[in-house]
Amino acid sequence: MGWISDFLLLNDPTLRVVVPGVLLLCGMSAAVGCFTFLRKKSLIGDAVSHSVLPGICIAFILNGEKNIFYFLLGAMISGLASVLIIDYLTKSRFARNDTAIALMLSVFFGLGIVLLTYIQHQGNASQAGLDSFLFGKAASLNKDDLMIFGISSLLIFLLIAFLLRGFSLVSFDDSFAMSIGFPVVWLKSLLSVLTVWSIATGIQAVGVVLMAALLIAPALAARMWTNSIIKMLLLAGIFGMLSGYSGAFVSYALPQMPTGPWIVVMASVIAFGSLLLAPRKGLFSQIIERNNNEKKILQENILKIFYHIDEKSGETQKAVLQEDLLNQRSFSNRNMRKGLRILERKNYLSNHLGAWSLTSSGRVEAKRIVRLHRLWELYLQEYLHLDPDHVHDDAEAMEHVITPEIEAQLDVLLGNPTIDPHQTQIPSKDE
Amino acid sequence: MKEVKSSSVEVHNLTVIYHRKPVLWNIDFQLPEGKLIGIMGPNGAGKSTLMKAILGLVPLNSGYAKIYDQDLKDVRSRVSYIPQRQTVDWDFPATVKDVVMMGRYQHRGLFGRITAKDKEIVDEALEQVAMQSFKNRQIAQLSGGQQQRVFLARALAQQADLYLLDEPFVGVDASTEESIVSMLRSLRDQGKTLIVVHHDLHTARDYFDWIVLLNASLIGVGPLDEIFTDEKLRTTYSGKLTVLSQVGDRLREKNFPVREK
Amino acid sequence: MNSNDLWIVFTAIAVALICALPGCFLVLRRMAMVGDAISHAVLPGIVIAYLLSGSRNTMYILPGAAAAGMLVTVLIEWLQKRLRVQSDASIGLVYTLLFAIGVILVTAFTAQTDLDQECVLYGEIAYVPFDMMSIVDGGFSAPRQLWIASGLLTVLIIVITLGYRGLYLSTFDPGYATAIGISVVFWHYILMSMVSLAAVVSFESVGAVLVVALLTGPPAIASLFAKRLPLMLLLACVFGVLACVFGYLIASFLNASISGSIAVVIGVLYAFSLVIKKIFF
Repeated sequence: MGWISDFLLLNDPTLRVVVPGVLLLCGMSAAVGCFTFLRKKSLIGDAVSHSVLPGICIAFILNGEKNIFYFLLGAMISGLASVLIIDYLTKSRFARNDTAIALMLSVFFGLGIVLLTYIQHQGNASQAGLDSFLFGKAASLNKDDLMIFGISSLLIFLLIAFLLRGFSLVSFDDSFAMSIGFPVVWLKSLLSVLTVWSIATGIQAVGVVLMAALLIAPALAARMWTNSIIKMLLLAGIFGMLSGYSGAFVSYALPQMPTGPWIVVMASVIAFGSLLLAPRKGLFSQIIERNNNEKKILQENILKIFYHIDEKSGETQKAVLQEDLLNQRSFSNRNMRKGLRILERKNYLSNHLGAWSLTSSGRVEAKRIVRLHRLWELYLQEYLHLDPDHVHDDAEAMEHVITPEIEAQLDVLLGNPTIDPHQTQIPSKDE
Repeated sequence: MKEVKSSSVEVHNLTVIYHRKPVLWNIDFQLPEGKLIGIMGPNGAGKSTLMKAILGLVPLNSGYAKIYDQDLKDVRSRVSYIPQRQTVDWDFPATVKDVVMMGRYQHRGLFGRITAKDKEIVDEALEQVAMQSFKNRQIAQLSGGQQQRVFLARALAQQADLYLLDEPFVGVDASTEESIVSMLRSLRDQGKTLIVVHHDLHTARDYFDWIVLLNASLIGVGPLDEIFTDEKLRTTYSGKLTVLSQVGDRLREKNFPVREK
Repeated sequence: MNSNDLWIVFTAIAVALICALPGCFLVLRRMAMVGDAISHAVLPGIVIAYLLSGSRNTMYILPGAAAAGMLVTVLIEWLQKRLRVQSDASIGLVYTLLFAIGVILVTAFTAQTDLDQECVLYGEIAYVPFDMMSIVDGGFSAPRQLWIASGLLTVLIIVITLGYRGLYLSTFDPGYATAIGISVVFWHYILMSMVSLAAVVSFESVGAVLVVALLTGPPAIASLFAKRLPLMLLLACVFGVLACVFGYLIASFLNASISGSIAVVIGVLYAFSLVIKKIFF
């Protein structure tokens, strides 16, 4: 397994070019991708990445040899051309945006394929490896490439740093940006140029077919973890570099494999992982939150029952047998047992020989809940004109999210009421 | 609740929640037959949602809507819906005649043949909205008012008894508005029932016989004079429902169910 | 032109037609990029079906790959609805992942699958005449691809004819369609399965990206001129055929990829049509 440590320690001189090269490319594309993502134009990135192929081929035909500088120039020109055409078709309403994108993507790519096969059939020896632009080949990077990537990523980094405010505002709300006098057209065009630029360079590692993923996946993943644009840019950069690093590794270990697909798989794993795991917005935390909500509703409803029992019997903290509780209509036995257990642990209920009663802190809590429930019912009746016999159902779940601020508003709106729609007492706030 | 002798639409205990936010709350009413009925209320009051709920286009969280005392699926052929004009793509490759012919699909099903009778009905419908001379025009080339007339003709071709119109006067010129109104009146005089989502309070007084006042919950329903009182209008439009929308927002933010279970 | 050339052109035309017909509905529904996603996503389906069944038999490949096409639509909808991912990003995320997996599988199992990276992108329509078959022994013999494509074309024509009103109304005015009792969801999935099948069958001939050209190009050109849907379907077919014929001629002249040339001709036809539309309409 010496080759793994060779890779990690960059023992091979080509690795010292390839690894930093790929990191620069992927980090830069991911950062630029954040803006295309926020402007909801990810698919334009897709069109551009397919569209750079004919530019590269034409550069090769004109120049007769592989030269990174001409490749970039050709790629930029054909990439920008497709952006402009898509814009024109959409604005002039000849085609819908999605159709324009799909059409340009496939037509430009078709042209690229025609030129590529044409070049291949010409039998020019130096064309070998031109097809590595299709799916990417990190191992083919050399020192000159690295220098160009270094300079262009530095440039992009500086531009983003200087124009961050403008770029974010344009991505968020361009009509507002226009109204406060930002040069919106310029900023947007600059963003488009940056997008094309980062794609033109990035295809060296990822290839034209899958380049769009490197703009989309890291940005989407980063968006799941943060709301701040600076953090998003940094995170996306890191995610992009991680994906690129794994691609470089595959390129080193399995030279016949194209690197692009591995970078994309890695970036997608990060994106799907974030969609599942991210706090708050992620799928898992949503499921957990929902479970917690159910638990909260369960506990509060059980506390309400105890309050009602107290109210009916006139005693406070009256003890109730577990069997009687289990007969309550609206709970399954399993839920009731679970709820009782949680409430005991929270010290809201106490259990003596199978009989349950509210503790004093439990009584305070129960009273708070009953108060909210009855205030809410009253509100629905007064302001939504709901019949008292209909009120109960809809009040049921909503009372559990009422905050103290909303409670205070309700109290004021309703004029500090004491009687609810069912003519029972609304407990006062403090006692 | 107001009892109506023979009801066209009956809504009972209807609650609709859209994207976890309650839009309609426990709506209960009966509407009579043979009237021109306006559904009124401020923006976001759930007017269009109520119409969609009656037509089964949005899922109901509770309650039901009945049309002529039957389930919607049994009386679909008696009901005609005119959606908001902006909800469809007017660049679609279809001529005026094609769109109006859609009104006959319900009678012919997905596969039945279009007969000469259908063509006659389509022609008549176009005649009634004064669009006969445009019948081979592509719909993209119509003005907003003309598009609305085409929609109305499609509904006429359906030969229904109950017409539900969602904001038919938005973006149409004054003369179209006038002619639509007179057409609606003549339909009413033929005994049809028309329910119209409308937001202009000034014209409502002239247009409608009955009014449904709505702001998330039902404020009032009945003949125009009974309902168009200052007090009722104030309750509808005063926007005292901020607490409700705050609670709705929190439900969504916290991923809470709206109803338990 | 010898008979091989003719077979290639005929196959190209059949493929163009099976893409153009469902493509019209895709374009009208603003779902062109979903078509793009589906046409990429069938690749892993094809490879996995090859590997599992151990044969190129269409009976295995077609359902496997079409299932992958459906999977991608469902996954995109799930990302949008359940996790509220914006639509462009969910399309881009899903299809690049599936296509990447497909390319990795192709590269890893080139020997077993007869597929390689190039054929994934350009298709192998030039080799179509070398795989002839006849339905009855000793009967009329035509390229296997052409048989399959014509079979699917027949199915599509039947489905679109019978389901015309459902597809038409659920595309133009879903609200009204639902109100008169037409299931919009049902027709959505009918369309998506047509697109998936078209993508699978075309994939082997023209490759992933150029399927998109055939799905969206001819319908986009047709929509510039057609004022009714039947005319749009017809015109899309006509432009698809034109693109195939001229594309093939250019490809032979330049000795370059046939499918690529067809896409270029589609682009040229579109540009022409725009000019004509601007001048005369």
